[in-house]
Amino acid sequence: MSETVTSNASQVPAIEGWFTLDQNPHLIGAQCTACGTYVFPPREGACPSPSCDSDELTATPFSRFGTVWSYAENRYAPPLPYRAAEPFEPYALVAVQLEKEGLIVLGQAPKGILAKDLKVGMRMQLETDVLYREDGVDYMIYVWAPAVQDEVVGGAK
Amino acid sequence: MSDRDLVVLGVGMHPWGKWGRDFTEYGMVAARAALKDAGIEWKDVQYVAGADTIRNGYPGFIAGATFAQKMGWTGARVSSSYAACASGAMSLQTARASILAGFCDVAMVIGADTTPKGFFAPVGGGDRKNDPDWLRFHLLGATNPAYFALFARRRMDLYGATSEDFAQVKVKNSLHGLNNPYARFRKENAVEDVLNSPVVSDPLRLLDICATSDGAAAMIVTSRAFAEKHLGSLKGVPRIKAVSTSTPTYPQTLLEMPDFATDSSAVVMPPARGFKDSICWDAYEEAGVGPEDLSMAEVYDLSTALELDWYEHLGLCAPGEAEGLLRSGATTIGGRIPVNPSGGLSCFGEAIPAQAIAQVCELVWQLRGQAEGRQIENAKLGMTANQGLFGHGSSVIVGI
Repeated sequence: MSETVTSNASQVPAIEGWFTLDQNPHLIGAQCTACGTYVFPPREGACPSPSCDSDELTATPFSRFGTVWSYAENRYAPPLPYRAAEPFEPYALVAVQLEKEGLIVLGQAPKGILAKDLKVGMRMQLETDVLYREDGVDYMIYVWAPAVQDEVVGGAK
Repeated sequence: MSDRDLVVLGVGMHPWGKWGRDFTEYGMVAARAALKDAGIEWKDVQYVAGADTIRNGYPGFIAGATFAQKMGWTGARVSSSYAACASGAMSLQTARASILAGFCDVAMVIGADTTPKGFFAPVGGGDRKNDPDWLRFHLLGATNPAYFALFARRRMDLYGATSEDFAQVKVKNSLHGLNNPYARFRKENAVEDVLNSPVVSDPLRLLDICATSDGAAAMIVTSRAFAEKHLGSLKGVPRIKAVSTSTPTYPQTLLEMPDFATDSSAVVMPPARGFKDSICWDAYEEAGVGPEDLSMAEVYDLSTALELDWYEHLGLCAPGEAEGLLRSGATTIGGRIPVNPSGGLSCFGEAIPAQAIAQVCELVWQLRGQAEGRQIENAKLGMTANQGLFGHGSSVIVGI
C-alpha cells in the first residue's frame, strides 16, 4: 500500500481525470448541474437521468470514504490489456458504496489486502497504488483501502 | 391460446464442446435439426433471425445473412442481433415481431459460436480508453468471474451462504445434465469435487464457474395460422408466451459487468423492481402468469451462486432464501420447481449467441416429454432467465 503518494515526475495516473494523486486522494466524478445526480466514471454531456434534460455535467470530487458492498480476490492473472506483474500475486477487488453520491464504485484493494481482510459493510477510504511500471514511470490507479484516517468534517456518514 | 402466442414448430442443437471449428458448421447442424424437427424445408423459411458472435469476424456480426448464405440463398429476409448473452432472446424477439406484425409466417432463430480458451478478454486490439469493457480489464483486471464473485460474496456476507451451498448447485446441475446428449460436461460432481477445485476469483472455484464453449442452437417459430395448417391440431405444441428484452430503469443499483460503478440513487429513487427482477416480471406480466404457475426454469448459471440469485429474481423464493430452496430439493428434477433441468451452463459452458436459444430448446423438449433422462413430469409452463452485459434482459416463457 502506498502510504504517501506525492506527485512527481515518475508517477502518472493510468487514466486521466478519474482521481487525484495527492496526500488525500479522492475520486473525481461528474454531477448534473440541473438535478444534482452523480456519474462515475466522469464524463461530459447529457445527464443519465431520464427525468432530466440537462446536457451539462461538471467534474466534482467524490467522498473519500465509503462502505464495502462486496469484494472478490483474483487468484489468476487477468488477461491483457491488464498488465499483470510476474510472478502474479493475488489481489482483491472491492466495490464500495458512497453514501452521499448514492452509488457503488469498483476498484482494486492495495497490494496485500486480500479477501480475508474484508467484509461487507467495512469502512474504506480511497488511496492510490501502482498499477504497473513501464520505462521507469509508475502508472497509478485509485484503490480502496480499509479506513484508517478520521473522516473529514462533513464526510459521508 | 392467445393471439400473440408464437408456435415453436421445431428445435435443434449441435452438441456443446471445444473444437475450434468454423461457427457456421455448428450452426448448419442445428439449423438442419430444427428444420427436420419442424417437418419443413429450408425453402419454407421466410425470415432468418441470427444471433451474432463478435469473436468470429465479420461473418459473426451479420449472423442472419451468414447462415442464410451457408444454407443457400433463398431470398429470405434476415436480421442480425447482438445483445451479448441475451442475443438469442433478442433474435427471437425480432422473429416474433415480424410474425406477429404479419410480415412473415415462418422464421428461423439461430445462434452459434466458437470460443477461445481461458478468460474472456475484450474483443479487438488497441487502446480503447472510452470502452468500459476494455478499461475494466486494463485498470482493474476485473474478469467476468470477478464480477460473479462479487455477487457470490454478497450472498455469503448477507445471508450466510457457504461454499458448500454453491457446490450443491453444481452437484444438482451435474446430475441433471448427466444424460443430456447436447451437454459438454457429463460427469457427476460431488460437493468435494467443487471444494477441491482451485479458487479462481474468491469465493468462487473453478467448478463454480461456467466454461466457454462452442455450440449452436436453432428453432423454427411460426404464426398460429401456419402451424394449424401444417400440424392440424396445436394441442400439446409448445408456444412462446412472452419474450422480455428489458433494459434497466434508472437508477440501476447493482454493480453489473462491465461497469465501474452503478447509477446514482442520490437524487432519483431506485425503481421498485431492480433490473434482474424486472427482466422476469416483465415476462410474467406479458404472459399473464406468475412464479406459482411454472413447472420449471432454465436460468443463466454463469456461476453456481448466480443461479441462487435467479431463484429470487424469478420470485421462486424471497431474497436470502435461495440456499434453503436449493437444499429442500425443490429445484432438483422431481422437486416442486426444477431449475436447469438441461444441466445449465454448468454442464454446457457458454456459447454466447446460442445459449439463450438453447434455454428455449430445453423448455420445448421438456414440454413435449422428449427430454430423455432428465424429463420433468407433467411439465406445462417453463421460463428462461438471462442477462446480457450492457443492460440486456432476456426472459422467455414457453407453455403448452
